Amino acid sequence: MATAPRFWRENPSRYNLVGVECHNCGRHFFPPRSICPVCHRKSVGKMEKVKLKGEGKIFSLTEVQESPEEISMQKPYVLAMVELVEGARVSGQVIDCDACDLEIGTPVRVTLRKLSEEGPSGIIHYGYKFVPLKEKAP
Amino acid sequence: MEVGIVSYGAYVPRYRITPEEIGKVWGVDGKSMSKGLMISCKSVPSPEEDTITISVEAARNMMRRCEVNPKDIGAIYVGSESHPYAVKPSGTIVAEAIEAAPHLTVADFEFACKAGTAAIQTCMGLVGSGMIKYGVAIGADTSQGAPGDALEYSASAGGAAFLIGAEKTIATIDHTYSYTTDTPDFWRREGQMYPRHGGRFTGEPAYFKHVISGAKGLLERTNTTAKDYTYAVFHQPNGKFPTRVAKQLGFADLQLTTGLLAPTIGNTYSGAVPLGLAAILDEAKPGDRIFAVAYGSGAGSDAFAITVTNEIDSYPRHKAPSVKDLNSNLKFLDYATYAKFRGKIMLGSE
Repeated sequence: MATAPRFWRENPSRYNLVGVECHNCGRHFFPPRSICPVCHRKSVGKMEKVKLKGEGKIFSLTEVQESPEEISMQKPYVLAMVELVEGARVSGQVIDCDACDLEIGTPVRVTLRKLSEEGPSGIIHYGYKFVPLKEKAP
Repeated sequence: MEVGIVSYGAYVPRYRITPEEIGKVWGVDGKSMSKGLMISCKSVPSPEEDTITISVEAARNMMRRCEVNPKDIGAIYVGSESHPYAVKPSGTIVAEAIEAAPHLTVADFEFACKAGTAAIQTCMGLVGSGMIKYGVAIGADTSQGAPGDALEYSASAGGAAFLIGAEKTIATIDHTYSYTTDTPDFWRREGQMYPRHGGRFTGEPAYFKHVISGAKGLLERTNTTAKDYTYAVFHQPNGKFPTRVAKQLGFADLQLTTGLLAPTIGNTYSGAVPLGLAAILDEAKPGDRIFAVAYGSGAGSDAFAITVTNEIDSYPRHKAPSVKDLNSNLKFLDYATYAKFRGKIMLGSE
């Protein structure tokens, strides 16, 4: 039960990739933060929440063989750092593909899937994952 | 007020399994089963997919194709018999995921395989009465079939979402008619993992009686015949039933082909007629008339007479995947992986 409020608070970001934009330098960040790591105090009061488009390309990726218990049914799975078109980098699973179908630069878009379940009677957590827009040429 | 479909979206998981693969495990001639059911393969949800994620995918595809402000949506109804929660509405998560929350009403519907069309009818009433501007009706399922049961060869996953409104409709819903009785052909008790069914009893007194009564009731009330329609879509627990019922009602194969998806994706339960309708809207032209009859065990049918409008010419169908697109890039599973995906394996910790 203790995790329900914590996840609930993050739902806008988990469901709809709500990040922030620093109106001092124009950089975007995800997840939301209250101070820009580049502009520091100059960004105070200038960090605005924005919905990111959810489109980007793979910046780096790895295939996970040993997973946390709650997603053991999904292993092996691909974990990637995705560079969004706004410039923010987001870590997330890339699904509906095999690792060998992906490479650095593969375009992806965000989608919503189950992240984990707190057992058979607990809360189900939903959030963003990425799907490839096109797979690597054979 | 002319109420109709303003936008639509579909979603089907990419994984498939064939009746031959299932039959191999249970000592059943899968080829014969495939031929008898007219199902070459069925869709399978991945472990990270459920009725909520399918509903969200379909609803987002629906919103991609229109300019409607999600805050103008006054109701979301998700029809399914596989809601992930017994208590906690699937629609609340869909509403947040398409940014329609919080100023709207949400509820989950259940009427076996016709809960999605019941949602369409409810939205029609709310829009037609002026209570809301737009309503979202979703039919989606990750249907269950017990290991080795006849249902396992057909029970699949998928869904479609419809934005119901009165402005810029790509298709008007001219009339709807429902036929309902107490017929215990298929059921699942609270807390049970798999449904049970009455075998052959699900045929004549259940599916055929209700689909034919619903269809005839609508044809009489609209003073039309099968020949007046360009397309027809019927609930499709397999490929055989809708093909036979269409013939009995006087519809030709050509009218049926586009919306008949069971042969390649199986029985998507609440998603079946909504997905068939989505496949028809993927290719329909202005003036085309669509005849749709959904069936839900228990039992009842919802019939619809729909006319495609000129708006469909400027409607950006390309902004979201068509049903044909969703039926490509497939990955076929062996039975062991399928059993793992569907939670059919009892783990040591359980």
